[in-house]
Amino acid sequence: MNRFTSLSVKSLFTVLGWIGLILLLLPLSNLSSPETWILLASLATLSIGVVGYAYFQYRGELPGIKNNGVFTNSLSARGVWGWSVGVLLTAFYITLYFYPEWLGYRSEGASVGMVALFDPLSQLLNGQPASQWFLYGTLYTLAILVFGVKFLIKYRHSRYQIIRTGSVMFFQLGFAFLLPELLTLLHPDTPYFAKDFKNMWPLNYYFFEDWHVKNMLNGGSLGLFTLGMGLAMIFIISPILTYRYGKRWYCSWVCGCGALAETAGDSFRQLSSKKISVWKLERWMIHVVLVFITLTTLAVLWSFLGSPKNPTGISREIFSYSAIVFFSLLLAAIWFGKRNELHADARFALVGIGVIIIGILCIQLFSGDRHLLGISSYTLRKWYGFGIGAAFSGVLGVGFYPLLGSRVWCRFGCPMAAILGFQQRILSRFRITTNGGQCISCGNCSAYCEMGIDVRSYAQKGQNIVRSSCVGCGICSEVCPRGVLKLENGPVANRTDRPDYPLGNLMDHLDAQ
Amino acid sequence: MNDSPPLIIVGNGIAGTTLARQARKKSTRPILLISEEHPYFFSRTALMYVYMGHLTFEHTQPYESHFWKKNNITLLQERVTGFDPQKKEVFLAKGETLAYGDLVWAVGSRPNRFGWPGEQARRVQGLYHKQDLDQLEAWSPEIKEAVIVGGGLIGIELAEMLHSRGKKVCFLVRENSFWKSVLPTEDAALLNQHILQHGIDLRLNTELERIETDEKGNAMGVVTSKGERIQCQYVGLTAGVHPNIDFLKDSTLNCNRGILVNRFLETNLPNVYAIGDCAEQKEPVAGRRSIEAVWYTGRMMGETLAQTLCETKTAYQPGPWFNSAKFFDIEYQTYGQVSSTPKPDEENQWFWQHPQKNILLRWAFHPDTHRLMGINSFGIRIRHEVMHDWLLSDTTVETALENFPAATFDPEFTQNYQPEIQAAFQHQFSH
Repeated sequence: MNRFTSLSVKSLFTVLGWIGLILLLLPLSNLSSPETWILLASLATLSIGVVGYAYFQYRGELPGIKNNGVFTNSLSARGVWGWSVGVLLTAFYITLYFYPEWLGYRSEGASVGMVALFDPLSQLLNGQPASQWFLYGTLYTLAILVFGVKFLIKYRHSRYQIIRTGSVMFFQLGFAFLLPELLTLLHPDTPYFAKDFKNMWPLNYYFFEDWHVKNMLNGGSLGLFTLGMGLAMIFIISPILTYRYGKRWYCSWVCGCGALAETAGDSFRQLSSKKISVWKLERWMIHVVLVFITLTTLAVLWSFLGSPKNPTGISREIFSYSAIVFFSLLLAAIWFGKRNELHADARFALVGIGVIIIGILCIQLFSGDRHLLGISSYTLRKWYGFGIGAAFSGVLGVGFYPLLGSRVWCRFGCPMAAILGFQQRILSRFRITTNGGQCISCGNCSAYCEMGIDVRSYAQKGQNIVRSSCVGCGICSEVCPRGVLKLENGPVANRTDRPDYPLGNLMDHLDAQ
Repeated sequence: MNDSPPLIIVGNGIAGTTLARQARKKSTRPILLISEEHPYFFSRTALMYVYMGHLTFEHTQPYESHFWKKNNITLLQERVTGFDPQKKEVFLAKGETLAYGDLVWAVGSRPNRFGWPGEQARRVQGLYHKQDLDQLEAWSPEIKEAVIVGGGLIGIELAEMLHSRGKKVCFLVRENSFWKSVLPTEDAALLNQHILQHGIDLRLNTELERIETDEKGNAMGVVTSKGERIQCQYVGLTAGVHPNIDFLKDSTLNCNRGILVNRFLETNLPNVYAIGDCAEQKEPVAGRRSIEAVWYTGRMMGETLAQTLCETKTAYQPGPWFNSAKFFDIEYQTYGQVSSTPKPDEENQWFWQHPQKNILLRWAFHPDTHRLMGINSFGIRIRHEVMHDWLLSDTTVETALENFPAATFDPEFTQNYQPEIQAAFQHQFSH
């Protein structure tokens, strides 16, 4: 097919995609009532539009890297299209989080408009009418699936990318979308609790909130399983997997936020800033969020355990002593085992944060105050939910894809990524190996790193890349024209060694003679 | 503060910049890095990606601008016109002179031109400098059809660049195969086929006769050695490069094709050195050429000279040869010695090719001892560290094949072809 017909076929699919979008928005006007056929037609045309466009985009080209024009294209290089999509996405997220009634959501009585449009699907899956979150979950999953197919076509030459993308599509569709809905359908009488088992604390920041813990405890065997699974994920499964494979097992293979970034966000990965100053900002922000959610969670549990109706049998004192012992042991283990691998500022931050958390717990224990630091846990969690849960992860995190890149939330905000990253940095077999002296400093790896890692600065020195933020997507290795980068798991020792020179120069041998 | 006259490095490519960085690690002496081309170091090999829209020009700069200040390396964008080795001064184009303690020439290459009629016309160029890229970008809207002359690495890069922007590309190669001087027949054939698959009009055994121009002096076509006329609005001349030393020809510096240096990278003049593309070894390292205009050797010369200038005098001693390239979608890596036409009593060669995919692996080994001499790999990434060790130790090709998975560097889950490759080798050599 020549360029011209390929272009016009692509236009056809673009039109289809727009029709799907208009059909989706149609119930917002009073022109039509939400009907099942509109929902079906809308989701079908949206999917066919994206997949068809991608197919005709790449079908005429041989398998390989497809980055022609990325930095001249209006959508992917912050042009008019990029800004337009950014504004639209942001508007959608603000509406969703703060004005769901505009989408037709009604807290009293039946929802209307766009939310009601999703009723038939919701009834089918969980036996209840749709909420704005069901609408969002459906569109989110659909986006991962259709853009996932696009990604699969684009990277059809790479088995790592094919398997990894299959994994994120599977976990989103199965674990994040279908399974929770079906479990709700099967257990209609249990109170609500999160049934996405892979979505662990602190990414699921309300896991330890009193209402959620109560609901799990009152949720029969499924509730107890969820509680047990949640604890096992945090304290057993995640540390083991992160040790063996790095944080990628979660961030670019399983996580829903990562799934959207890797599929729908793929066109924007190159927009993340690689400046050293931004790296510094990133380290501050993500760890501040982690400390904030840790304190909030401790405060919530503290108040919960102090309430007269505490069903757990664990007293505040036992909880506080356990937490103090846990954090002290963790801090001591890192300090005595790994401090030599950390830069001065990281050591300072580590000790500072550890002392703050333990200190606050001690003050609390001895003062016996009802609230942590005198601030009610309710206030703290409201701030977190608004500031981090909604504004950061949703509005900024996805709305700003076309402006700041696809991993803004993962890089600057996600406390889960912070924990996994910390372990990846000090206790994991994962690294990106640099292939001896083959680097030509071209900059493709750094440019296409969605996490803003200056990959080249390591590769050109012949040094392995061991960074807390690396999510292991593997794109640096794909775009490298000289075969310099390889994601792999190996012995923890000597992972972070810095050679004096990249491999290839024998002058040291000569000196020895 | 150290007030001695500075180490002046002329040229901020990979050789000059590596020297400046390594010298700064070892010493506090003043360092001045002069470049006419651009104030900041950038990756020359990445210029193609800027034209193709994979990168912006800023992406090709490995260091942010504050790096140089922080490391106290002074940068100067200025043309150097010559020097006085007696007074130890260099001359700048605008008339100034600068005193030096040590002077290092790292001035790189220039594209070859062979006096073709019409080669001075507008829309005719070689591709080497940042300015060439800017010029190509400026001409781009006028280009629908392009002719590229010269079947080497820059030629195929330029073909890929123009092709990515929708230009019709005709690629003239003098030999009967692409990169014939370096690649054995089957290796080159794989690339010929791939170039054609991408829709490039590859014309082998064809030379440029002359470039035709319109009345305004714009290139509008070429005539080939076969008498054919090919219409085009652009001619890329990519028939190799030569050391960029014309401006030094009248000095007392000993030059041949490049600036002549001994194994310590010293020229005939005291405190004057040359590294990178512009340096020509008086006594080349065994089995190597006297001028090696590649990124890696430039970097190694920079590392070596920094040692000499700041610590102990050190001879240039590169390890086993290695190089890499990417031809459209085919990645290529080579290690050690793999001749394009091996002498039967000195080098035996054996290759394995995938029946469908663009994968080819060629092993060079000694005919008697089977000691591994080198490898050409297309479509399989090779682990430098392992190959480096194998080539320095007396590893046989059989041992290498046996342990081949340890020497690959492909992404996880990539198919491993070792069983097929080893079986094919044994089939041929076991009796």
